[in-house]
Amino acid sequence: MVTGGVTKFAKAHPAMDFRLMVKRAYDYALKGIPGLTADRIDGSRISYFSDHFSRQLKAASMVQDYLGLNPKGSVRIEWGGATGGECFQAAYEAVASGRMDVCLAAGYETMSRVPTWKGNEFIALASDTNFDFPLGGFYTGYYALMVVRHIYEYLRLGKFGHVTDEREAQRLAIAEGSRIMSKVSVKNHLNALHNPYAQYPKRLTVDDVLRSEMISYPLTREQICTMSDGAAVAVLCTEQRAKEFTDRPVRVTGVGCGTDTMRLADRPFGKVPLMPHEKAKDYEELRYPGVHSFRAGRAAGLEAYRMAGISNPNTELDFIELHDAYASSEIQTYEDLGLCKYGEGYDFVERGDPFLSGIDYGFPTPQAGAIPVNPSGGLIACGHPVGATGLMQGVFAFWQLQGTVPKHFGDPALQLDRPRRGAIHSHAGTGSSVTVSILERGFR
Amino acid sequence: MTSRPPAYSKFRDVQAELDLSGAAIFRDADGVESLIIRNPYSITYIHSYAEDSPFFLGLAEGRLRGSKCRKPKCGFVYGTPRSHCMVCGAPTEWIDLPTRGRVHSWTTCHFGSEAFLKETPYNLALVEFDRVGSLLLVRLKDCVESDLYVGMPVEARFDPNPKYSITDVWFVPAR
Repeated sequence: MVTGGVTKFAKAHPAMDFRLMVKRAYDYALKGIPGLTADRIDGSRISYFSDHFSRQLKAASMVQDYLGLNPKGSVRIEWGGATGGECFQAAYEAVASGRMDVCLAAGYETMSRVPTWKGNEFIALASDTNFDFPLGGFYTGYYALMVVRHIYEYLRLGKFGHVTDEREAQRLAIAEGSRIMSKVSVKNHLNALHNPYAQYPKRLTVDDVLRSEMISYPLTREQICTMSDGAAVAVLCTEQRAKEFTDRPVRVTGVGCGTDTMRLADRPFGKVPLMPHEKAKDYEELRYPGVHSFRAGRAAGLEAYRMAGISNPNTELDFIELHDAYASSEIQTYEDLGLCKYGEGYDFVERGDPFLSGIDYGFPTPQAGAIPVNPSGGLIACGHPVGATGLMQGVFAFWQLQGTVPKHFGDPALQLDRPRRGAIHSHAGTGSSVTVSILERGFR
Repeated sequence: MTSRPPAYSKFRDVQAELDLSGAAIFRDADGVESLIIRNPYSITYIHSYAEDSPFFLGLAEGRLRGSKCRKPKCGFVYGTPRSHCMVCGAPTEWIDLPTRGRVHSWTTCHFGSEAFLKETPYNLALVEFDRVGSLLLVRLKDCVESDLYVGMPVEARFDPNPKYSITDVWFVPAR
């Protein structure tokens, strides 16, 4: 990867349609590299999630057209919430296969063109329309079902295992889980105060998050990402071209993709596919994935780590931009990606591992800086214009590895100290498809 | 003759104007003006339940059906029917599910998609059944948020006036 660009994510960009948004991000990306002009680009992969939002089919062709890239090759990529992450990998594959030397990955979503609750309906159409959608058609409801079970597995049967009154134990466990989830929300919103591209930067307390409107029990408004308008682009190319374009390239050293059943109800109850640093006896009692964990995320992580030669992600990754559509799914994903073992996600937050050092979150974070997760603010604070989101993560990770966050954000606070390797994680449906890509500093 | 829709700097006012007259101008902080129109869209699909049809016909008769893999060595039992087995790929056969089960997980939705907003708050539950390998997602009625817990015994109820939808079945706390 040699350059990238992002538009500011916003609730609505009425003065820009999707073509102009992508153009702005594209111009920003190309501006950074004098030698990289449109004639050097061999083709593109263009992503957006839903045709419903703009009621314009084949919109990716209009992006290609608007950027003046005709008659070069281009394909539209769609993979639910993981659309952007999949687009990044599609561009990687176009280059790795030898088909292109330089490939543009561009993504966007314009979600403001319909009312919020109609938008929720469109998103819910990405659940089984025979069995799931007619019951309420609401993704926050699906994620609430998952976290209630996650809390049951790991807090009710864990920390609150000694409480004999079943209903009291479950209430205590949900209160504890909600408190810890709120810390994730505080982290991501607060990190975003230093990210000018973010939609909802703010300083919150755990109580603010807990007391915000209840959307689907136990998930509150501040624990959930919102709909956004936005675009992001990344330019990927061969190693030889990369050296011509920049002295600070970033190398893609691993790509992984995993899948699971469309319906939550169909998830099996089997064994955990183990990371190299885990043992079968760690999970003797665990029925996996059920609805509490994302097998697709585990599969994507395993594939990407194997390719990149990572055996313990906790110690071998310097940061992760992770698909936190919900504060709950950020915690579930720590475990899927092997940052901690299954069942340790809540303790991982309590210890402070995913927090940035040098920022005061309003509560103790003793191990802050261990492995920062969503230093940019993630989806919860940056917004989630679906087709752009996974590429936004790619751009933020790219700037981290380049050491150019201070330049692009106009603020040095989020720049990590010379990170060498990071991961981006893009997630769709109720965990029905997930991508993980590993990016490494490609210069000394 | 020219006519120009009214301009607003608040998006909320634009939306109100669209409901009223169908067109408005949004003027952003930089003074850039965008013309915005109402663009309604509706469609009626000719939706076939296809291989899932026996399940929905069963609901209309007050029967809750799952499916079971026909391959004896596999025999996986589905709480939400699949016409082919996801484990081994063999065809499945229809079976009657127990009408009593337990809550595997639950939530109360205080919001929903536009189509369901008027029904809020409503409860969703994934129900598990004895000797069945997968779950069933349903509405849980006759109970409120504070009544619900994982493991709660529940039983099925059927709509006497079927709409041929998954909502023809719902569960209530077991008596």
